[in-house]
Amino acid sequence: MKKLKKFVLPLIILLIYIALAIWMPSIAKSSTKVTLDYFKEMAIILPPVFILMGLIEAWIPKNKIEKWLGKDSGIKGAIISIALGTLPTGPLYVAFPMTASLLRSGASVNNMVLFLGSWAALKIPQLMIEIKFLGLAFTLLRFTLTLLALILIGFLMDFVLKKSPDKTWQSSTNKN
Amino acid sequence: MVTIITIYGLLGIFLIISLLKSKKNTLKAFKIGGRALVKSAPSLLAVLGIVGLTLGILTPETISKLVGAEAGFTATIFAAVLGAITLIPSLIAFPLAGSLLRSGATIMTISAFITTLVMVGLVTAPLEIKELGKKFTLLRNGLGFISALIIAGIMGVLL
Repeated sequence: MKKLKKFVLPLIILLIYIALAIWMPSIAKSSTKVTLDYFKEMAIILPPVFILMGLIEAWIPKNKIEKWLGKDSGIKGAIISIALGTLPTGPLYVAFPMTASLLRSGASVNNMVLFLGSWAALKIPQLMIEIKFLGLAFTLLRFTLTLLALILIGFLMDFVLKKSPDKTWQSSTNKN
Repeated sequence: MVTIITIYGLLGIFLIISLLKSKKNTLKAFKIGGRALVKSAPSLLAVLGIVGLTLGILTPETISKLVGAEAGFTATIFAAVLGAITLIPSLIAFPLAGSLLRSGATIMTISAFITTLVMVGLVTAPLEIKELGKKFTLLRNGLGFISALIIAGIMGVLL
């Protein structure tokens, strides 16, 4: 029963697709194409990412991650997080499992918000496309403002999650 | 393509080092990774389905119609919401934003779209919740949306 529960959302989505195929076949067709394209991408990218994650968890001791990215890592930790995020390493969904495993190994929420944020918003290849189509001024200003926002969001989330931790999440990951 | 080379390159290097140092630990890494992948499978499937639905309905043409037709503050909010919902690869998103800008959309609208596009991910939320918890996901995306609006405002004034 518990296993089935996990598949409720995918099943609902499948039903929507079937309904679309009956009543709006053109949307169903283009949606299916997009899904298949993304499936191919995920099938190529995700397995190596998860193995990399496993390698990190198997080899790098917790206290090292804590030292580099933990709550006392200071500006150095922030810079490492941003630098890791801006590397050309793919779509954001890749970053979620990585972030989870770094958090489990002692990285701070602060740094992980910076990591996820720069992964999504400040990626180097993405910035180059942005400069090309929207101009240098636009890109530089958005970069600076986004970075400031991420720092603020990081502090805020760190504060909130420390005051009232997400107990359901903690208990679900501790079982691993 | 760069992504694939980077990821597989990194994996190759680390795997070789890991295998040279200890076969046992390498096997452990595969077990950890495999288990995590299986556990994430349902939310990955959900994300795939949602991405297909949103992109199938909100095609670049539809978005440019929606954002281009409206003007003023409504258009900015509209663009922010669209950006938050959709997940568009930057190779499509930035040319689209550029052409919207040339066809008369304001800087504020375009920066709202781009900033929420990269800071807020509604379609990937099921996976984010699975990996990082409801609270984390809500806070990150909620605060991301608010700051995107503020960023758009500032950019509209400055540029």
